[in-house]
Amino acid sequence: MTVADPIARDLALHWPEAVYDVLKASGIRQMCYVPDAGHSTLIRLFGADPEVKCNVLTTEEEGIAIATGAWLGGQRSVVLMQSSGVGNCINMLSLPVQSRTPLLMLVTMRGEWAEFNPWQVPMGRAVEASLRAIGVTVLRAETGADLVETVEQAAGMAFDGDQQIAVLIGQRLLGKKKW
Amino acid sequence: MVMDRRAAVAQLLAARNGALVITGLGSPSYDVHAAGDSADNYYLWGAMGGAALTGLGLAQAQPDRRVMVITGDGEMLMAYGALATISVAKPKNLDIIVLDNQHFGETGMQASHTGQGIALDRVAAASGFAETGELRELAEVEALATRLHQPAQGPRLFVLKIEAENLPRSLPPRDAVAIKNRFRAHLGLGTC
Repeated sequence: MTVADPIARDLALHWPEAVYDVLKASGIRQMCYVPDAGHSTLIRLFGADPEVKCNVLTTEEEGIAIATGAWLGGQRSVVLMQSSGVGNCINMLSLPVQSRTPLLMLVTMRGEWAEFNPWQVPMGRAVEASLRAIGVTVLRAETGADLVETVEQAAGMAFDGDQQIAVLIGQRLLGKKKW
Repeated sequence: MVMDRRAAVAQLLAARNGALVITGLGSPSYDVHAAGDSADNYYLWGAMGGAALTGLGLAQAQPDRRVMVITGDGEMLMAYGALATISVAKPKNLDIIVLDNQHFGETGMQASHTGQGIALDRVAAASGFAETGELRELAEVEALATRLHQPAQGPRLFVLKIEAENLPRSLPPRDAVAIKNRFRAHLGLGTC
C-alpha cells in the first residue's frame, strides 16, 4: 500500500508506514539510526528493504557524517534519532551546514508530553534551540497527517534545495511510553 | 622507527588507482593537498571524528569505487565507536589510513592515547575489520599500496607510525561547497 492508494490510512495510527512511502518516493537509499521506540516501525520497514542500506550507529553524530558522505557519492539518506541524540550531533552538523549538503533528520521527541522520565526533559527542551543555533531548519508535527506532509516537503527542500532539515515528531503524537 | 608523513601519503596517493579520498582535519588534509590537489579529494577542515564515517556513506553510495580515508590518530580516536559501526556495515571498498604521530599536532603536540597503549589497528581488528596492520617504515608503504589494490572482504585499517613534527602547511581550499561540487562533478553528479 502506498500513500497514493484510494483507501486512506488512519494516519493517527499508521503514520510510520506512510512516512516510509514518502521517503521511498523521495529516493532515499541509505538510512541510519540510533533506535527509539517511536522509530521502530520505520526501522523495521527499511531493514526489510533491499534497496536501502541501513546503518546502526553507536552515537547519533555518526549518522550526520554518513549522510554527508552518501550525498558526496550521489545517494540520498535519512537519519533517525531520539531527541536525546540531537545534543550529540551539534559539532558534526557543521559538516553538512558548511558544505551545504542535503540532510534530513527525523527526531522523535521525549521529555515534553506525558513524560515519565525527568532525565529526558533537559535535552528535549534544548532540541529546537540547539538545532537552530547550528543552522539546521526545524519543522515539527503533532499529528500523523501533518507529519507525513511535513516529511514529504522537508525531503524536497533538503534534496532539491541543499537544505539541512530536522523534522521533530511530537511526543503527543507518539503517545505515552508504556512501563 | 617512524616514517615521514608526506612521503608516505605521496606514495599511497601515487598508487591510488582511482580511489576517492576523504581527509581528516588538520595535518592529514595538508599532507593529501601537498601530494597534489585533485577533484577526487574531499578535505575536512572540521567535524572532528567525521572522516571515516563520511567515507562509509561515500563507499556505500559508490560500491564500485574504492574509498580511502586518510586521517590522524586524534581524529580517529574521536570516532572510536565508528570502528564498530563500520565493521557492522561491512563495506568491501573502504580503507582507513591513520597517520599516527601519537600527538594532537594542531594544538601544540599534546600526547594522544596512541602513545600510551591504545593501538587503533588492534582495536579495528578486535572490532572485526577484515584487514589491519601497523607500519613503521616507508619501505612498507609500497607493499601496502599494492595490497590495497587487491579486493577486500571487508573494511581495512592501517596505522602508519609517523614523525611527530609540524611541517609547513599545504592548505587545501576551505570552501566546503566548492569542494563538494567539484567532487560530485568528478563522479558525474549534478549540483544544486
